[in-house]
Amino acid sequence: MHAFIDYIQSYLSSDKTPGADGNIFWVTVYILLVFGGLSVAVIAMNWLERKILAHMQVRLGPMRVGPHGLLQPIADAIKLLLKEDILPAEADALVFWMAPMIVVLAAFTVFIVVPFGPTHAVTDMNIGILFMLGVSSLSVLGVVMAGWASNSHYPLIGALRSSAQMVSYEVAMGLAVVSVILMTSLQTGTGTLSMIGIVQAQQAQGTWFVFKFFPLGLIGFFIFAVAMVAETNRAPFDLPEAESELTAGFHTEYSGFRWSLFFLAEYSAMIAVSSIAVTLWLGGWLRPFPNLLHGATWDLAFSLIPGLTFLFFAAICFFNTVRMPKHPLFKVQTIGLAGFGVVLGLIGLAVFIPMVRDRVGDIFWFSAKVAGFMYLYIWYRGTFPRYRFDQLMKVGWKILLPMGLALLVLTAGAGFFEAPVKEWLSKVL
Amino acid sequence: MTPVATPFFFYLLAATMLVGGVMVITRKNAVHSALALITALLAQAGLYLMLYAPFVAGVQIILYAGGIMVLFLFVIMLISIERTMKERQFNKQWLIGMVAAAALGGLFIAVYTTTTKGAALFPEGRLTYGESTNTQDIASLLFDRSTGMYMFSFEIASLLLLVAIIGAVVMSKKRI
Repeated sequence: MHAFIDYIQSYLSSDKTPGADGNIFWVTVYILLVFGGLSVAVIAMNWLERKILAHMQVRLGPMRVGPHGLLQPIADAIKLLLKEDILPAEADALVFWMAPMIVVLAAFTVFIVVPFGPTHAVTDMNIGILFMLGVSSLSVLGVVMAGWASNSHYPLIGALRSSAQMVSYEVAMGLAVVSVILMTSLQTGTGTLSMIGIVQAQQAQGTWFVFKFFPLGLIGFFIFAVAMVAETNRAPFDLPEAESELTAGFHTEYSGFRWSLFFLAEYSAMIAVSSIAVTLWLGGWLRPFPNLLHGATWDLAFSLIPGLTFLFFAAICFFNTVRMPKHPLFKVQTIGLAGFGVVLGLIGLAVFIPMVRDRVGDIFWFSAKVAGFMYLYIWYRGTFPRYRFDQLMKVGWKILLPMGLALLVLTAGAGFFEAPVKEWLSKVL
Repeated sequence: MTPVATPFFFYLLAATMLVGGVMVITRKNAVHSALALITALLAQAGLYLMLYAPFVAGVQIILYAGGIMVLFLFVIMLISIERTMKERQFNKQWLIGMVAAAALGGLFIAVYTTTTKGAALFPEGRLTYGESTNTQDIASLLFDRSTGMYMFSFEIASLLLLVAIIGAVVMSKKRI
């Protein structure tokens, strides 16, 4: 027992990720934390997407289950688990059952290397970004298998569209990623593929890569931001599941639990690609304005933001508690909302404790940036009409791919000539 | 971190690869064959990991399992599976197949056991690169001015792929 406690404590003094330290206990804890956090994030996204889309379309959205529909995702989950699991006639049972599992596995496995902080990742791999791209590209296999095994026309067409789309946009995505990997090698001479290493390179160079070699970094970020929406089959690139044409695309024949696995995988894949974008271009866990607003005072001010954010959410809860209808039937809901506000407020207060503040600050900034991307996803869905398939292919192959190639050459050139040009300028001026 | 249970994982991955490989050629349904091939390729990526080559393993997953096999499935799904299921196999070449497999296996064993000038072709300890700098080591093997020795073969291989791409375009487009 004593040895076990020592084993647990031995990691606390280390400044490495649990995977790199080889501490199995903390690896398990981190995996469970990531898995749980991800599931909560997917549930929250489900509610937020419906609410935000509704407000964009001047509707109320879910209002019945819980205050402001807060419990709607849980009701949906229970409904999905209770539904009958249907296997279509003459479907390929084995492949039909395996498909959703492959999609979920691929979507969750990538989170092993996502760096929520300099030590807050399950592990740090030397091939981090390559691993993320590789494993997330496996999810297309699940989509194709699901479409084919359903033995039905709509899913098959959906699967064909999806595989064509995902394979096309992976190319542009890869080129944008390579330009960032070139940038990581600038100061030290050796680049890195490790997700933590990429953020540390941005820290060392004193700039997020989205601002590097303006506007080259920004163009790379743009290419990735478009390609990642196409990779995750979301609007306006949601042709594989275009409701008006294909009912529900590749998962038309799925129901109940298996359908909910596809749902889970779609949202966690969205979070995964967003965290790639955040890590590569937006400085990962680094706080904003490190150069402009530096010094101890600003550090303190920024470290208070996580707690203040939670307090702000708590205040919104209390504000809406006051505004709840004063009818006896709403009594339970009012108490529930107030209780939710108290929980959020307590979390906010806990985050103000200096020891906790130092540990969770980086997780907060990373999650906040990812949350920004999640909002963008919903915003796209609310505003952009769906592309036609030939337009989709044209954007992928004729616009993004040449842009990516040119970007790669220009980034390499800029990195190569940066030092000589600076030297020459310092002599001339 | 030092690896754990190395023999167990080696035999597990090797067995997965062999079963996958056998299933590729024995399944009548082409989609099942493709899925078995994906299993074999993923197990192979695991073997690369065991050989301290994470970069090669990553590239294996991203290119073969994620890229090429998706295109395979894409093409297979366009064929009518029902007809191929009923069709009799017409490539019955057991004898030639066995001879070729035996020859290849014999070649492997011969290479493994041959000694030239008293030294085996395969040294006892294999050359390992550190896990934390694997990608950088591969890059310097390819491109470094002093230690890079595989640049030429690398470029030749990419030229071969370029020829294949051009060939595909020429064959599919009547008028360019």
